[in-house]
Amino acid sequence: MNAVCALVAGLLFGIGLIVSGMTDPSKIIGFLDLAGAWDPSLAFVMGGAILVGLIAFRIARKRRAPLLGGAMLLPTSRSIDRQLILGSVAFGVGWGLAGYCPGPAIVALGAGQDKAVVFTVAMIAGMALYEAADRHFHARRRRRVPRELSDVAGDG
Amino acid sequence: MIDWTHFTPWSSLAGGILIGVAAAMLVLLNGRIAGVSGIIGGVLRPARGDMAWRLAFIIGLLAAPVVYRLMTVPSPPTIEAGYPVLVLAGLLVGAGTRYGSGCTAGHVFCGLSRLSPRSLAATLAFMLSGFATVYAVRHLVA
Repeated sequence: MNAVCALVAGLLFGIGLIVSGMTDPSKIIGFLDLAGAWDPSLAFVMGGAILVGLIAFRIARKRRAPLLGGAMLLPTSRSIDRQLILGSVAFGVGWGLAGYCPGPAIVALGAGQDKAVVFTVAMIAGMALYEAADRHFHARRRRRVPRELSDVAGDG
Repeated sequence: MIDWTHFTPWSSLAGGILIGVAAAMLVLLNGRIAGVSGIIGGVLRPARGDMAWRLAFIIGLLAAPVVYRLMTVPSPPTIEAGYPVLVLAGLLVGAGTRYGSGCTAGHVFCGLSRLSPRSLAATLAFMLSGFATVYAVRHLVA
C-alpha cells in the first residue's frame, strides 16, 4: 500500500511539474534571468505548492504516525552549516547552466529527450560520487548511525 | 521587465497545486518528504525496508510524461545548453543537492512549507547562485 501511494504521488508530482512548465529548461532559465526578459512563472509554481504544503505539513507535525502506519519521518536537522550552503550553491550553478533540477530531470528522462538523458545520467553520477566521498570521509561516524535512520536528517 | 509572452501564471499555479497535493499525499499517508534528490539518494544508499516506496515514486515520475501525453499534446521543451555543459551541470546538480541535502522539491516545496529556516537558507543559496550563473552566462560571456 505504501508503494502504491508513493507511485500515485510520484505520478501526480511529475504531472504537476509538466503542467507548471518546470520540465522546460528555458522556463527555468527565464525565471533565473533577472537582467533579461523575466518570466515569473516559477514563483507561481512555488506559491501553489507551498499553499497546499503549509496545510499538509501543519497536519503532519501534529500526527505521531502517517495514515498508512510506520513512522512520520520529518527532517530533524536544524543547523545551517557550511555543507548546506556549499552544496546548495553548487546545485544553483548547475541549475542555472542547464535549467534542470532533479525532479524535472527524471520526468524528462521518462519522456526520453536525448539531452535530458545525458543530464540525468550525469546527475546520478554526481550523486553516486557524493555517496562514495561521504562513505570515504565519514566511514567511522556512519557506523554509529543505524542505516535505516541515516536519511532522516536529510531535508529531501 | 516581464517576459509576457512566456509568462504562464495559471498553468504554473495549477501545476504547483498538483505538486503540493502529491507532497501532501506522501507525507500524510507514507510519512515521507517528497524530495526528489533525497529519494534517489536513498536508492543509492540502500536501507532494508526503505526501497519500495522510493522506487515507486521514481517510477511515477518517469511515467508522468507518458500519462500526460494520453491527455494532451505537450509543447516540446527548449534545451539551450550543449552536451558538455549538460554533463557539468548534471554533476553539479547531483553532488550539490546531496551535499546540501535537498533540491527544489525538498527545500522549496516541502522545506518552505514546513517553515524550516534551514530550507530557507538553502533556497536562498541556490536561487542566488542560479541568478548569478544565468547572469554570467547570458550577460557577461555571451
